Amino acid sequence: MKAPSPSFFKAMMAIVRKDLAAEFRSRELLSAMLVFSLLVIIIFNFALELDVKVRESVTAGVLWTTFAFAGTLGLNRSMAVEKDRGCMDGLLLAPVDRSAIYFGKAISNLAFMLVVEAIVLPVYSMLYNTNLFQPGLLLVILLGSIGYIAVGTLLAAMSVQTRTRDVMLPILLFPIAIPVLLAAVKASSGFLNGAEFSEILAPLNLLVVYDLIFIAIPLMFFEYVVEE
Amino acid sequence: MIETKKLVKRFGLKIVLRGVDFSVQPGEFVALLGPNGAGKTTFLRILASLSRPSLGEVTVANYKLPDQAAQVRAKLGVVSHLPLLYPDLTAEENLRFYARMYGIDEQEKRITEVLNMVGLEHRRKDLVSTFSRGMQQRLAIGRAVVHDPEVMLFDEPYTGLDQDASEMLDDVLRSVAAKGRTVVMTSHDLARAEDLATRFDILSRGVIVASARHEDIKNTNLLAFYKKAIES
Amino acid sequence: MQTKPTALKILDVVSLILLGISTYLALFFAPTEAVMGDVQRVFYFHIGTAWVGLLGFVIAAVAGIVYLITKDMRWDRFEVAAVEVSTVFFFITIVLGSIWARPAWNTWWTWDPRLTTAAITELIYIAYFMLRQGIEDPEKRARFGAVYTLLGGLSAPLTFMVIRLFRTIHPVVIGNASAAAEGGFSMTPDMRTAFFFALFAFTVIFVDMIWHRLRLGALEEKVEQLKLNTSL
Repeated sequence: MKAPSPSFFKAMMAIVRKDLAAEFRSRELLSAMLVFSLLVIIIFNFALELDVKVRESVTAGVLWTTFAFAGTLGLNRSMAVEKDRGCMDGLLLAPVDRSAIYFGKAISNLAFMLVVEAIVLPVYSMLYNTNLFQPGLLLVILLGSIGYIAVGTLLAAMSVQTRTRDVMLPILLFPIAIPVLLAAVKASSGFLNGAEFSEILAPLNLLVVYDLIFIAIPLMFFEYVVEE
Repeated sequence: MIETKKLVKRFGLKIVLRGVDFSVQPGEFVALLGPNGAGKTTFLRILASLSRPSLGEVTVANYKLPDQAAQVRAKLGVVSHLPLLYPDLTAEENLRFYARMYGIDEQEKRITEVLNMVGLEHRRKDLVSTFSRGMQQRLAIGRAVVHDPEVMLFDEPYTGLDQDASEMLDDVLRSVAAKGRTVVMTSHDLARAEDLATRFDILSRGVIVASARHEDIKNTNLLAFYKKAIES
Repeated sequence: MQTKPTALKILDVVSLILLGISTYLALFFAPTEAVMGDVQRVFYFHIGTAWVGLLGFVIAAVAGIVYLITKDMRWDRFEVAAVEVSTVFFFITIVLGSIWARPAWNTWWTWDPRLTTAAITELIYIAYFMLRQGIEDPEKRARFGAVYTLLGGLSAPLTFMVIRLFRTIHPVVIGNASAAAEGGFSMTPDMRTAFFFALFAFTVIFVDMIWHRLRLGALEEKVEQLKLNTSL
């Protein structure tokens, strides 16, 4: 037989490259996520009257709310693309481990989210004349995004299979993602306000614990969600 | 090459397949016919390892399902009425992606071969979203054979195709079958099935009610055979 | 069609009696708490319902895992029963907590870790029911439900930990003396009797309700089956 199964890594990377290539061409997902993020920030600007004083205490919250909303948009779309033209079946028909499919999708989702964050951060810094490019904050953003996308990719795979798929993802995802979002807010505002490291350590630990748990669970259970 | 014994598939309490005994020899082209709701698609999805049987045994390409699904998948090509292609990728990018998913070594050579086979070499750099339904379906067949599978499953491949596109698809399907592959195709288009298949099995209400070789029904005709089988 | 089993009838009666005794213990037998007065009496039912609520969610997560391993639909029914009963009990917990919080903390609601976690846990299980409602295939519904209860069961304790980083004023009644200032209190022996009796009573009531829900689930399935049979 001239068709041996590809390695876990090769299959995973094939999916990532496929998603990035398609996105590079259409820019559907990223442009939607970006425009949406900017709109959220504008709304927050007026809703919270983000003057200098208020900003100090709410920047972390505004950022993570924006990331979370934009993230669901991306997750939903990225899974819907697989579902709509039967491509999910195409992935499942390949002789690859189901967790390779999960990681492939999760990595491309994470890439999209990080791109959006990489654009939102300088824009926010510029709009409000602050510097968000602090190594600590960037670490928190990476850890928080990993946890959010890890569980989000699993839940998006579930929600696109439901009748009410357009509204289902945030309802499923937000209550489960509250620990990662709140820990990220806490750690982010700690770094932004120059808190003692000992104070930031607790939310950072929680972020790491959350990431580990919610990468392990989809790894074990993704096949139950996509297979019939 | 394909065998099912007492295959049962339930969705909750609804029984879709009620003990299907089905067997295909290597090189046979079996048309699986039947009215809507007979369980054709469900049956094919089980053979394709996409759905698990509730009861019974399934063997495809000498491997058991669902336990040895990975081995089966490596030898199986599936075409459904959905193209399973990414519209934002070009023809060759789609094929390259699937070639990678099947761990194929000489990807570029194989992609060119496949594109020539389905007659889309001149469109290889075009986005799939610009393709007509017929071209998409031909590329979908290219996708399904990219790893040179021994067994092929077609689920209503003619859905949504016009006359010209159907005829071109006929040629592609014939060349796919000509390589000694084992093929199972579901269809409700009896004329197309009669042209292509070497055997006809009729699935009705979750069981196979009749089976005949092409040469056996030469004298009568397929339609009469089909109607008799459904009504019995 | 089976009638209600005798054991269940007995358990119904026992549950009612226990609830009666527990009410008596909470409202009359236990002494009035010195600082808070009579409103403290909701505490016994508050803890009783909270205990079975949490118990149910843990049971549901475990039942979900067992379902995924065994694929036996009875575990799915068990999981649904546990979640349903617990969601109601947990709602009662929150309401009772609110009634107590009004005089004790001078507010109906506060974003304390336990309260917030309780509210989010309720939301998780409301999402659980919405998820199930959106899926037609019962096996898929069961699988998704199992995965989601597991996710919920793992995320709820983390929610608690993360909100504790923000702040807390909820009293820790057992094993923490410094909580007195926040509305905590130490229990007298009579209070302890009422407290443990409430835990016991609600556990029995919980078992009784789960049993009823399981029976209802089985009957529902029977109705479905009959409907299907007549439609064929």
